[in-house]
Parts: sequence; C-alpha cells; structure tokens
Amino acid sequence: MLGRASSCDVTPAASAVSCVIRSFRGSLSPVGKINNNNSGPGERYLPRKMAAQEVQPSETIAKLKLESETLKTKLEEERAKLHDVELHQVAEKVEPLGQFVMKTRRTLKGHGNKVLCMDWCKDKRRIVSSSQDGKVIVWDAFTTNKEHAVTMPCTWVMACAYAPSGCAVACGGLDNKCSVYPLSLDKNENLAAKKKSVAMHTNYLSACSFTNSDMQILTSSGDGTCALWDVESGQLLQSFHGHAADVLCLDLAPSETGNTFVSGGCDKKANVWDMRTGQCIQSFETHESDINSVRYYPSGDAFASGSDDATCRLYDLRADREVAIYSKESIIFGASSVDFSLSGRLLFGGYNDYTINVWDVLKGTRVAILFGHENRVSTLRVSPDGTAFCSGSWDHTLRVWA
Amino acid sequence: MSKHSKFQTALCSRPPRRSTITWAFLPLLHQAEVNASARRSTTSSSRHQSGSPPVGAHVHFEKTVKMTIKLIRDHGQHYRPRMACLKKVEALVIEMQDPKSGVKSFEQKRNATSIPHVIAGQDITAWITSHMTVDAQEAQALGTMLVAYGFIYPLQDPKTLILRPDGSLYRCQTPYFWPAQKWKAQDTDYAIYLAKRNIRKKGILDQYEQERYRKLHKWLNHKWDFIVNQAKEQTRAGKARMKSDRVVFSYQERAYWIVHRPPPQTHSAMDYGVDRLIDPNAEEEKNSYYYRRIIIFRQQAIMRSKVKSTVSLGALVKHTMTYQSHDPFLTPCLPSNPWQTDDDTYWALNMPDVDLPTKMTVERWSYGFYELLRDPRGRADFRLFLKKEFSGENLAFWEAAEELKWGAASAISEKAETIFKTFLAPGAPCWINIDGRTMGLTVKGLQHPHRHVLDAAQNHIFMLMKKDTFYRYLKSPVYKDIQKKAISPAPHNFTDAQLEQNARNRKPGLYPSVTWQRQQKEKVRTTTLIDIKKLMANKLDRQ
Repeated sequence: MLGRASSCDVTPAASAVSCVIRSFRGSLSPVGKINNNNSGPGERYLPRKMAAQEVQPSETIAKLKLESETLKTKLEEERAKLHDVELHQVAEKVEPLGQFVMKTRRTLKGHGNKVLCMDWCKDKRRIVSSSQDGKVIVWDAFTTNKEHAVTMPCTWVMACAYAPSGCAVACGGLDNKCSVYPLSLDKNENLAAKKKSVAMHTNYLSACSFTNSDMQILTSSGDGTCALWDVESGQLLQSFHGHAADVLCLDLAPSETGNTFVSGGCDKKANVWDMRTGQCIQSFETHESDINSVRYYPSGDAFASGSDDATCRLYDLRADREVAIYSKESIIFGASSVDFSLSGRLLFGGYNDYTINVWDVLKGTRVAILFGHENRVSTLRVSPDGTAFCSGSWDHTLRVWA
Repeated sequence: MSKHSKFQTALCSRPPRRSTITWAFLPLLHQAEVNASARRSTTSSSRHQSGSPPVGAHVHFEKTVKMTIKLIRDHGQHYRPRMACLKKVEALVIEMQDPKSGVKSFEQKRNATSIPHVIAGQDITAWITSHMTVDAQEAQALGTMLVAYGFIYPLQDPKTLILRPDGSLYRCQTPYFWPAQKWKAQDTDYAIYLAKRNIRKKGILDQYEQERYRKLHKWLNHKWDFIVNQAKEQTRAGKARMKSDRVVFSYQERAYWIVHRPPPQTHSAMDYGVDRLIDPNAEEEKNSYYYRRIIIFRQQAIMRSKVKSTVSLGALVKHTMTYQSHDPFLTPCLPSNPWQTDDDTYWALNMPDVDLPTKMTVERWSYGFYELLRDPRGRADFRLFLKKEFSGENLAFWEAAEELKWGAASAISEKAETIFKTFLAPGAPCWINIDGRTMGLTVKGLQHPHRHVLDAAQNHIFMLMKKDTFYRYLKSPVYKDIQKKAISPAPHNFTDAQLEQNARNRKPGLYPSVTWQRQQKEKVRTTTLIDIKKLMANKLDRQ
C-alpha cells in the first residue's frame, strides 16, 4: 500500500513560482556534492537549454532592469507605509535596566592556539570548543574538567556544534568537511576512530548546527552555499544558493512552526531560508561590511547580526526591515559574534578589540562593557537556560561570565 | 600594484606629516624600490592587486620549487577579509597628530641621538578619554588596538603590542607603514628586511627570526641573490642619511614587521585568520537571468504579508517583558545561579524527570503552547491531562510526526508506515480526527513518503491542541494541582566561607548520554502504554 521513500529525499516544489526559479537555476547538483562552477557567483547552475538560447538583446535587459527597479520602489513604498513607529519609541514605557555586575566565573585553559568556535550542550554546563591547531575539546565548564579531546586532521576548525542529545559533537573547518564524533563514556576510547564524515563542501566550513535532532546537520561554507545533510547516510538533503560571497554564519529559528534559518555572508547580506524548499524567503542588505554572526531573537520573529563595520543590527522579520542599530562612536572594531539573553532584553556582542559589549535591545543603548580577554573575542554563546554566557577568544582561553 | 604605486598613493592621499624626517628619507627608499621593481619584473610576472597568486610560468616554477620542499595546499582562498575599521582608525590617528588639538609630543634622547615626536602612554589614554568621551579602561582598550594594528608603536617593549597607560614611550607610525587591506606584507620584503639586519650585524636575529630566515631561504632560494643585493643596496642608501633618521627608520621598520610577522607570543591585529574564497567586490554579471531572479524575488516579497511596526515591535517588547522575570541576567534565579555560587541546586530542580517542578517553570508553561511542549516535564504533565480526557492520540501523533521530520532519512518509510497504521488508517487504534481534505492529502502523500509528508496534518493537530486543548489544560484540575504543588525555592545566602567550600566541592553532574538513554526508555514506555490501552478499549468496544 505504501511505496518506498524516494531515494533523493528532496521535497516536491510547493508552488509554481519556485518551479520557475528551479528552471532558471537548473537541476541541483548530484546528491552528496555541491559543485562550485567558477563562472561567477550568481551563475552557478545555468541549464543547458537556456544557454542554447542566444544572448538576450540589450533592450530586453533594459526592460527587465526597469521592471526590477519599479518593483523595488513598490516594495519600499509598502514597507514605508507599515513603518509607523520606531523600536525605542515603543520601548519608552519600558523600565531602564539597572547596573550590571558580570564577572568571569570560569576560565577554561587548555587550548594551545586560538579558540575559534564553541557551543553549549543542552545540559547547560558542558561545552565543546575548537581551535586553530585542530583540537576539539569537550569541557564540563562547571568543574572546568576536560572530558574529551579530539585532534582533527586539519587546522582552523572554525565550526563546532553539540548534538541535542549530548551524545555527539560535529566539527569542521579547512578540511571542507563536517565530521560527527559520537562521544562515549569510556575516557580511553579513541574518538577519532568513530568519526563520521557528513558534509562535503568545496571550500572551508564556516558554521555548522544540528537541527532538532542528532540526525540532521545544517552547514555553511566559504564556497557561498549552505546545506542540510542527513547524518546517518551523509546524504545532501537540501542546498541553499544565493549568497554572492563566503557565508560566515547561520542560526536556526527557534519557533515551532518555522522551518527556517538565517545566514550571513561576506556579501553584506543576511538571508532567511526555507529549509523545506531551499528558497530564500527574505534578504536584508543594510550592513556596510561582512556579517560575522547572526542570531535569532528568542521568539523567532526577529534576528540580530554582528558585522565587521562595528555595528550590530536588529531585523524584524514580520515587518521585513531593520529596526535598530547598536553602535557607538568609540566602537571601531568589528563584532565577531552576538547572542541574546533568555528574554531577549540583552544582546551580548564579542568584538575584535578584545572586549564584550552588552546592549539593551529595546532602548538601543549599551549597558556594560566587559574586559578580560587579551586577544580578539571570536565566539560567544549564551547557555541554554540563560544563566551564563561563554566567550572564546584568540588568546587561547574561554571565559564563562555570569 | 607594486610598492611603487603604494608609495605614490601614500604621498597623495595621506596628509603631510609633521615630521619632515620620514618624508626626506623616503625618496631614497623609493628609488631603491623602483630599481627593485624593475628588476623584479624581469624575474617574476606581475603581482595582482589583491594579492592573488601570479599566473603563468612563474606559478609553475614556484610551485615546482615549493613542491620539492613541501606540499603546500592551496585552498583557493586569496581574498583578505574586509577591514572596515582601518579608515576610521586612520582618521583617528590623523587627529591624534594634530599639532594643536592632538597628543602632546616631546623629544627623547637615546644613546646620543634624539628621537622626535615621542608620546607617552598616559597622554594617549587621556586624549582618547577626552576626545571620544569614554572612560579610562575603554580608552586603554582602544589605544591597545591602535598599537596592535601598528598605527602606534612602542619604543621600550616593541614586541608587546599593548598600550600601557603610564610613562611608556610610543611613536606614531609613518603612513607608508600603515596597514592596508589591499597590500599584503610580502615574503620577499620580509626576507630583504631580515637579510638587512643579518648583514648589519650577525647574530642579531632572534630565534624565531632565524627559523623564519632559514625557511625563507628555502622557499625563495631562486631569488636569493636578488634579495641579498636589495638588502645591501638599502643598507648603503641608509648610510647616506643622518644617524637620527636612520634610527627612526629602523624603529619604524621593526614595528611594521612585528605587526605583520608577529613573534610567537605577540598578539597582532593584522593576524586576521583565514583568507576568503570569493572576491566580495566582484560584481555579478547583470544579464537577463540575474534580473529575472531579482524580479521573482521582489514579486514574492511584495506578495508576502507584512505587518505594521506597531504590531510586530509591540510583540517583541511584550515577549521581552513577559520573560524578563525568567532571565537570570535580569532577575536572580532561585535558589541561586550555579555559576555564581558553585551550587547546582538550580539545575537539579529543573531536571526533565523531576517530580515537582518549580513555580517559575509552571508559570512559563502558561505563556504559550510550545513552551509547554518544549519542556519535557511540561509535556509529561500535558500528557497526563490528555490521558484523563482520553485524547492522547493527538499529542502522540504530533510527537511521531516530529520524529519523522527530524529523523534519519533511511527510517522515513518505516516510520511512515507505522504512523499510518497507528493513527491514520480507518479503524486504527489511535485514530486522529482531522478534516477529510487533509486526511486525503496525507494518505495520498504517504504512498511516496518523504520528510514533510505529514506537515499538513501535523500543523492541523498542533493548531487544534493549541487553540482548544491547551486552554482547557490551563483551567483543568491537573494544572491547578501542579501549580499548588510546585516548589518555590528560597534564595541561598552563602557566606564567603561557604562559597569557598562550594568552589572546592563542585559536583560533576550526570553525563548527557546517560540522561538521554533514560529519556528514550521513558518515551518508549509511554508510547506503548497508549497503544495497549487503545487496543484494549477497541477490543472491548467490538465485543
């Protein structure tokens, strides 16, 4: 009665419009590998049939350009009509925050080189961190004990993630792959022996994240694409094309109905994608330089981004526009990583000038600046229950602040 | 672009510097560089502006040379990351050197030469504090970044690139040696610099410099005569200068190379990490496909429903205010934050399989249906309520659909079959009540199951539970009961001695894999319970 599952686990396109887009983009690359056609950032999948048609006369291009411009003005008009209030105006009746005392509660020393990425476990106390020399260490941050250590065969492990079950970690970097290491209770076991290669990109892996289970991984890469993989088989489930330059960061939406994620790249764009169809739903291009980090607001209706232009910005997904800029004249150096506190009132930003700035999201002001690191803060994550946040830096240490 | 044009740009675009010494010195250097570039162009092909590797025969030659020594993996990444801060820092440094409103400078006597335009660390921090209206600590951090990028260099401890807010001496770097995004510090120039110092006085190179010198000797062996000649010529050109100019130039050059080839323990800000693959400034070819894509995207964006800012921003503010009392950074968590007091009672009270949850947790369940479902303890309570109402199949179906959606690809067909038999088939033990259209679509889709085949049905059931069952749950005796029983822990009040003891006795906690296995066992137990009960009920009915 029931048929077999289709071997290529790609959903049928939901709407006619997306079919049109697919026909322009051509067929997707074969399962398991993403091709990086060097004919330019946007022209990766030119279908052969279309290429056979002769070069479009320039009048048609001018007409298309005019049409796209009129659509753009129409879109901006619509947005302006809905833009009736600013965030700080709505937040006027909100009470201002008091003084903050945030101190370093733990310093995790053990990496011999720059710490590039870290992630929390769902048990709220364990951390996985990766560094430039290829070492990936799992710590119990509460007791500062190192529980597991793996040496990757490549340097610059720029992405690491903890599985939701707490039984595995994923990491990757210059080896262009994302590998999953199941963690075992046996301390003497060689973790590298059980390594599983899941993702295969054509250039460095910049970020990875498990979805709601251990079975799927979302990755972003320097080759300009993001991809969704099935861990067990290593199969490519969906790929996301649209960035014109390296993709540096991604974050999954927290809400229950959203199957979306946001990614930020070197083309100054932050794109919101539908995981089911592979389409880019929304795109924001207001930053003036590379976007180093994106993070969803806890309710899933907004996201923040940290960029090399020394600003963090808040984008409202329902109103489809940028609603706040967090910047100061004295902050000149780029933000490498951002995260929200549990309620979304505070935005923590780790910057390249060795400091961490804490912003009041609603009022747009800075509430605290934290010193302590001796080199660039490369990664920052708030713990799952919001009791602390951990920052990793190029000074070889991680610090837990509360 | 060779150093030649870099110098030209430095002359034209940078404002004239106060110090005439460095300008006077540069033309000679410029001449040497022109000779060098003339010679260079015969031995190597042109270097690309952005530092991409030279193409053609030269690459082949260099590659074979390199490959005989060591396999270098070219990842294809040739573009430096954008450094948007450099322009702002340049503007700041120029203001700093303004004769009237800048930092006060003085002359410093050293070994019978006098070095002009020296500034003290404390003056720099004081100037930044007043100029940018920040406090002293932030001014020091900003000053450290200026040193780390090489815009200011220390005279007394050149290898530590930090700003000391005391009487330590610093000098502003000449614009020629300012960091620029376009021009990467080349290995050839580094080799010339090391050779120069080696020639001047043997044994002056540090350990790490000697190692690098040896490596460069290997890589650039084919150019080594040229490098040594360059070094000799630059030294000779330098001898024609006054001693104070020479000393100043040597400091400047040393500072430049400390920033761009940092010694082992030095944190230099020009050490930026990995290069990028795709040229971010490359324009996409604007042909018809490009415009068609943009048009479709914008049409979709116009069609998509958007809400007024009052609505969406109001919702954001409301969300923050609702959760503010649950945010450990804003409201101290009870009994105490484990990171602050080293006591993990807070986590023990919030474990997923705990008997009685805390009042805060129970309150949070009422904020939204997904909050209730997301917390395992809340879901268990909801399941208990549904059991009493004999409508547990909705939640069971939702959970099964979630597992299908997020599970392994190989298990999809098997899971789909189980779900069909348990929930959707006519006469199934846990038949769910969805409308005919959705049921028809789902059953049809299950003939070729894929990950999202149950999405429509799952959404329908979720909305049903959210709009109806959830509110009944909140008014039910089950919820009111748990509200009453929920514990409200008293805040800890540790003395200093107790805190120290806590710090010594930090408990290791359960391994995540152990907790996970427990949860899996619990899940299996509850799902089989529902099945068996329904089967028995059906059997009784038929009888």
